[in-house]
Amino acid sequence: MSTSTTRAAFGTAGEDSLDLSREASRAVRRRSLRLLGELMGPVRGRLAATLAMVIVSQATRAAGPALIAFGIDRALPALAAGDPGVMWLAGGGYLAAALTTALLTAGYVTSTAALSQAMLLDLRVRVFRHTQRLSLDFHEHYTSGRIISRQTSDLEALRELLDTGVGALASGLMFMGFTAAAVFFLDWRSGLIMLAAAVPMAVLARWYQIRSQRAYRASRVVSARLIVHFVETMTGIRAVKAFRRERDNSAEYGRLADDFAAATLRSIQLHGVFQPGLALIGNVSVAAVLLAAGVRVLEGTLAVGVLLAVVLSTKRFFAPLEQMAMFYNSFQSAQAALEKVSGLLEEVPSVQPPRDPVPLPRARGAVAFASVAFSYGEGPEVLPEFSLAIPAGQTVALVGATGAGKSSLAKLVARFYDPSAGAVTLDGVDLRRLSTHDLRRAVVMVTQEAFLFSGSVADNIALGRAGASRADIEAAAKAVGAHEFISALTEGYDTDVTKRGGRVSAGQRQLISFARAVLADPAVLILDEATSSLDVPSERLVQAGLSRLLSRRAGNDGSRRTAVIIAHRLSSVEIADRVLVMEAGRVVEDGSPEELLARGGRFAALQAAWRDSLV
Amino acid sequence: MPQRAPAHATSGPAPQTPFFRSISRLGPAVRPILPRLVAGLAAGLATSALALAIPQVLRAVIDQLVANGTQPSAVWGAAGVVLLLGVLEAGMMVLRRLFVIEPSVRLERQMRVAMYGHLQDLPVAFHDRWGSGQLLSRSVADLGFLRRWLAFGAIFLVVSVSTVAIGAVLLFTLSWQLALIFLAAALPIMVYGAVFRRNFSLATRRSQDLAGDLATTVEESVHGIRVLKAFGRGREALESFAEQADRLRETEVAKARHQAVFSLVVTLLPELALGVGLVTGIWLTATGQLSIGSLAAFFATAAAVAQPVESSGMLVGMALTAKTAVDRHFEVMDAADTITDPADPEHPAATRGALTFRDVVFGYARRAGDGADGGAARPGGDAAPAAVLAGVTLEVRPGETMALVGATGSGKSTLLQLAPRLYDVEAGSVEIDGVDVRRLPLAELRRLVAVAFEDTTLFSSSVRDNVLLGAAVREGPEAEALLAEALDIAQAQFAYSLPAGLDTRIGEEGLSLSGGQRQRIALARAIAARPAVLVLDDPLSALDVATEERVTARLREALTETTALVVAHRPSTVALADRVALLAGGVIEDVGTHAELLARSAHYRWVIASLPEGPRNLDTEPGDLEEAR
Repeated sequence: MSTSTTRAAFGTAGEDSLDLSREASRAVRRRSLRLLGELMGPVRGRLAATLAMVIVSQATRAAGPALIAFGIDRALPALAAGDPGVMWLAGGGYLAAALTTALLTAGYVTSTAALSQAMLLDLRVRVFRHTQRLSLDFHEHYTSGRIISRQTSDLEALRELLDTGVGALASGLMFMGFTAAAVFFLDWRSGLIMLAAAVPMAVLARWYQIRSQRAYRASRVVSARLIVHFVETMTGIRAVKAFRRERDNSAEYGRLADDFAAATLRSIQLHGVFQPGLALIGNVSVAAVLLAAGVRVLEGTLAVGVLLAVVLSTKRFFAPLEQMAMFYNSFQSAQAALEKVSGLLEEVPSVQPPRDPVPLPRARGAVAFASVAFSYGEGPEVLPEFSLAIPAGQTVALVGATGAGKSSLAKLVARFYDPSAGAVTLDGVDLRRLSTHDLRRAVVMVTQEAFLFSGSVADNIALGRAGASRADIEAAAKAVGAHEFISALTEGYDTDVTKRGGRVSAGQRQLISFARAVLADPAVLILDEATSSLDVPSERLVQAGLSRLLSRRAGNDGSRRTAVIIAHRLSSVEIADRVLVMEAGRVVEDGSPEELLARGGRFAALQAAWRDSLV
Repeated sequence: MPQRAPAHATSGPAPQTPFFRSISRLGPAVRPILPRLVAGLAAGLATSALALAIPQVLRAVIDQLVANGTQPSAVWGAAGVVLLLGVLEAGMMVLRRLFVIEPSVRLERQMRVAMYGHLQDLPVAFHDRWGSGQLLSRSVADLGFLRRWLAFGAIFLVVSVSTVAIGAVLLFTLSWQLALIFLAAALPIMVYGAVFRRNFSLATRRSQDLAGDLATTVEESVHGIRVLKAFGRGREALESFAEQADRLRETEVAKARHQAVFSLVVTLLPELALGVGLVTGIWLTATGQLSIGSLAAFFATAAAVAQPVESSGMLVGMALTAKTAVDRHFEVMDAADTITDPADPEHPAATRGALTFRDVVFGYARRAGDGADGGAARPGGDAAPAAVLAGVTLEVRPGETMALVGATGSGKSTLLQLAPRLYDVEAGSVEIDGVDVRRLPLAELRRLVAVAFEDTTLFSSSVRDNVLLGAAVREGPEAEALLAEALDIAQAQFAYSLPAGLDTRIGEEGLSLSGGQRQRIALARAIAARPAVLVLDDPLSALDVATEERVTARLREALTETTALVVAHRPSTVALADRVALLAGGVIEDVGTHAELLARSAHYRWVIASLPEGPRNLDTEPGDLEEAR
C-alpha cells in the first residue's frame, strides 16, 4: 500500500480514471472482493443451503428426458409383456423429479432473495454509517451527487447481480452440467456431438460478452449524460426559461437522445446476433444428433427412447447460455459499482471519535485554543498558530471579510475539523477526547444553509433534541419568533415542508433551523451567518430571542451560555460581550465593542460603514 | 441522480381507462412504423410455426425408425428437414429483429425528445407540482419500457397466444387424451398468471415507493450532513435509515416469495401433466392407440408449448405496465402549455425598458388548469389559497433602479417572476414599454428581461458557459469582454483562480462553490445578458459587507442604462435604488425614495430599519455611503 500507484487508487482517489495501472487495479479488485467476502460471511450457512438446493433441483430437472426415454424403452415393452410396474415407476419417477425440481426452485428463488437482501441491507447501512462518519472536508470535495449515486445506483447494480444473476449462473451451469452428464450416460456419441457444438457456442458467447460489455458501458455513460441533462433542465427550469435556453437545450438533448438511441441499438443488435446464433447452433446440433442417433436406431444399436431423450436434451442444453451471458453483464456492472463503493468505505474520517472518551455530561462552556494552527487537508494554512480563551458564558462576535477565517475558527469549535497543530478544549478537555454524544450535546453550530428534512415543521425543530415534547418545540419556535408564521401554515406545526409546495421562504427556513438550536439547549452555541436571509423585522425578533436565550440556560444553574456569532451584518454585535476582528486568518483586534469603537481601528470603521448602510 | 420519492401525491388514484383506449393513443406515433411491426409479427409467427413443425418431423422419423425395412436415406432426409427448419427458425428470428428493432428505437427517441421539448415549454407552475424524478422516470424508464414492449412484448403476446393455440390443435391431432391432460394444467396457469401479475405489481409498486423514499433519505442525509453533524443526530439518522432499509428488504423478500410461488406453479403444473401424460401415453401406445412417434412428438410439442405458457404471466404483465407507461406519458403530454407565444405578437419599436404592473392579481395553484396534472383534484383543493398579489400597480421608469421591499412572505419574489412570464397574472397586466408581456413573443420578452434568482441555479458546465448563458454572443473576443465585465461587476474575480479558470466545470457535476460564490456567478449571468430590464431577487444576501458594497457600487454604474427591479431585505441593497416600492398586504403601499419612505411610512421603518432606536439618521442619503467610509 505504500507505492504511489496503489495510493493513486486508494479510497475514492482513482474513481474517475478508466485506466488504472495493473498493480492499482489489482488492489482495487482485491478490495472489492474483500468487501464481498465480508458481506457473505454472516450468511455463509444460508449460502451453502441455497447452493445445495440449486444443485439438486437442476439435477432432477435434467433427469426429465432420461425418464421419458426410460418409459418408452423399458416401460412400453414391459407393459406389452403385461407388467405395468415399470410404467408406474417411470411415471412416478417423472412426477417425483418434477415435484423436487419445482419445490427446490421455489426454495432457492426465495432463499436467494433473502440472501441478497440481507447482504444489501448490511452494505446499505455500512455505507450510510460511513458517509455520516466521514468528516466535512471529505464531503466538501466529494460532491453530494456522487455520494448519492454510490448509495443508490451503485447498490442497485449490486442488487441486480445478487438477485437474479447469481441464481441464473449457478442454476444454468448446473443444468448444463447435468444435462451433458445425462446425455453421456444415455449415449456418449451424442454427448460428443453436443460437446462439439459447445465449441462454436463458447466462441459466440465470448464474442457477445466482450462486445456487449463495451456496448453496455457506452450506453451507461450516454444514459448518465442524458439523465444529468434532463434533471438539470427540469430543476433549473426557471433559469432555462428566463435565459431562453430552450432551443439550445433541445438541440443538445436531441444529440444526447441520438447517442443514447445509437448505443441502445448497438447493444440490441449484438443480442440480435447472439440469440439467433444460439438458436442456429442448437438447431444444427439437434439435426446432427438426430442423424447420428437415427442411423444407429436403424442399425438396432440404439433404443428409440434414447434417441428422443438425447434430441430433447440437446435442444434444452443451450437454453441457459443466454441468461449466463446476461449474468456476465450484470457482474461487470456490479463489479464496477463495488469498486467504487469499497473505495468510499476505505476513506478514513479525518475527525475520529476517541477510543477512551473523557466524560463531560455538564459542560460549562469554556472554550480555549492552545497554540492552534489549521489548514484544510494539505492546503495552505488558513489559521496560523494562535491561542485564544473564551470564558464560559461569553458572547463573542467574529467579524471580518469573507475568507478571513471566521468560519474555519468556528468549525474547529464544533469539531467539524481537527486543528493541524495544537488543541481546542472545552472546559479544559481536548475536543478530541470527548465522546460524540457529549460534544454534540455541549456544542451546536447553526450554519447559513438551513437545510430542512422532509417531514413536518415540528419534526424539523425536534431534530434539535431527541424526544422533545410539542410544548418544548413550540416554546423554541416562540423564542425565535417563528411561532406566528408556523401557526399560519395550512396545518400549523404539522405542515409538511417537502421541497415543493411547502413554500417556506429562505428566511423562514433559517428561523426553523434556529429554533432547532434553541431546542438543543447547548452550552456553546455557534451561529455562522445563521440570519443572512432574514428580513429586518425577523432578524430583530431573532436578536431579541437570542439575547434572552444566551442569558440563561434551561436545566442549568442559570449560568449564561457561551456563544460564537459570525455575521456579515453587524447587528449581532450589539449583544456581544467581545468582538474578534479577523484578517487573513489572524485575530487582529480583540476587545469589547465599546473598547474597539473607542480605539478607532478596523472595527470602528466597519461599524461606521454598517451603521450608515442601515438607513 | 437519485429519484425523488413519488412526490406526485396530489394526483391520487388516476381514473382507470380501458386497456385498448390507452394503447390506441400511441396510434399516431406508431402508424408510420406499423407496416414494419406487422412484418415483425409475421416473422415471429413463422418462428413459432417452425418450432412447432420440428416435433412433427420427429414423429415421422421415429415412426419410420420403429417400422421395419426403413432405409438410412429416410433418416438423412428427416435430419435434413430438421436442419432446414432450424436454419429457417434462426433466420426468422433475425428477420423479426431487422423489422422491428430499429424503427422502435427511433420511435422511442422521437417520443423522448418530444416530451423534453414539451416539458421545457410547460409553465413553471407545472414544474412546481412535478418533481424532476417523477418526470425523469417517465422520460427514460417508461419510454424505454414502451419500446421494449412494442418490439418484443406486444409481438410475443400475439405469438404466444398463437403458439399455444396451434400447439393445442397439434397436441389434439397427436392424441386428444394427452392434449386434454396437458391443457388441464395449462389453463389454470394462464388464469393464475393474471392474478399473480396483479399481486406482484402491487408488491413491486410498494417496493418502488420504499426505494424512492430510501433514496430521498439518502439524499437528505448527504445534503443535510452539516445539520446532522452539528446536532449529533448521526445515530438517530442511521437508525431510521436502517429501519427504512429493513422495510425495503422485507418487501423485496415478500416479492421474491410471490415470484417463487409463481415459478412453482408454472413449472410444476405442466411437468405434473407430462408425468401423468407419460403413464397415459405409454398405456395408449402399448394398447396400440398411439404410435411411438406420436408419443415422442407429444413430448416435444408440449416442451415447445410450455415455454409460451410459462411466459404468459410476464407478457400480460408487460402489456399492463406498457399501458401504465402510455397513461403516464400522456399525462405529461396532455398538460396544456398555458404560457405561449401570442398569435399575433407585437414588436415594440424601440426598447426603452419601462416596466409597469397594472392591477396585478396572482396566487399560486389557484386555477385548475395551472399545473395540469391530468385534471386530478388536489386533496382538499376546493378551498383555493388566498391571492398573494391582490392588485399591484407599480411603474418602473426606463433606466430607473427600483427596490422592492416587504416583509417575509409578502410576495416580492412572486411579483418579480411575473415580468419574464414565468407565471401569468390572474387579472391585470404586466407591460413593457406599454405592451402587455402576453403580447410579446416569449423569446423576445425573455431577451428583454433577465433575472437573478434567490435560489441560484447553476448548470453543469464551465463558468464561462454559465455566465454567458443568456448573452447575445457566446464566442469570440466580444463574448470574452462581456464575460470579463460581468464577472468584474459581480465581484466574481475568484472565478479566474479556480483550478481551470473560467473553464472550470461547476454545478452538481462539477466543483462545488460556496453560497456567496454561486450568487455572484448568477448575478454575473444576469448582467451578461445585457437586458433592457434586470430583475434581481435579493442578489447580495450571501455576500459579506465589503463585497456587497463593492458590488453595489459597480452595479450602480452599470445600471444607469438599465431598468432594474431589485428585491431588498436590507438597507444596503436599497442603496442601489433610485426609488423604493413597499409591498404589503398584496398591494404596493407606497413608492418613494428611501428617505421619503423612512420619513412617512411606519411600516417601511419597521421592515427595513435595523436600528433598535428607530430612524435617527434620517438625513443620510443612501448615496452618502461612499463618503461615510
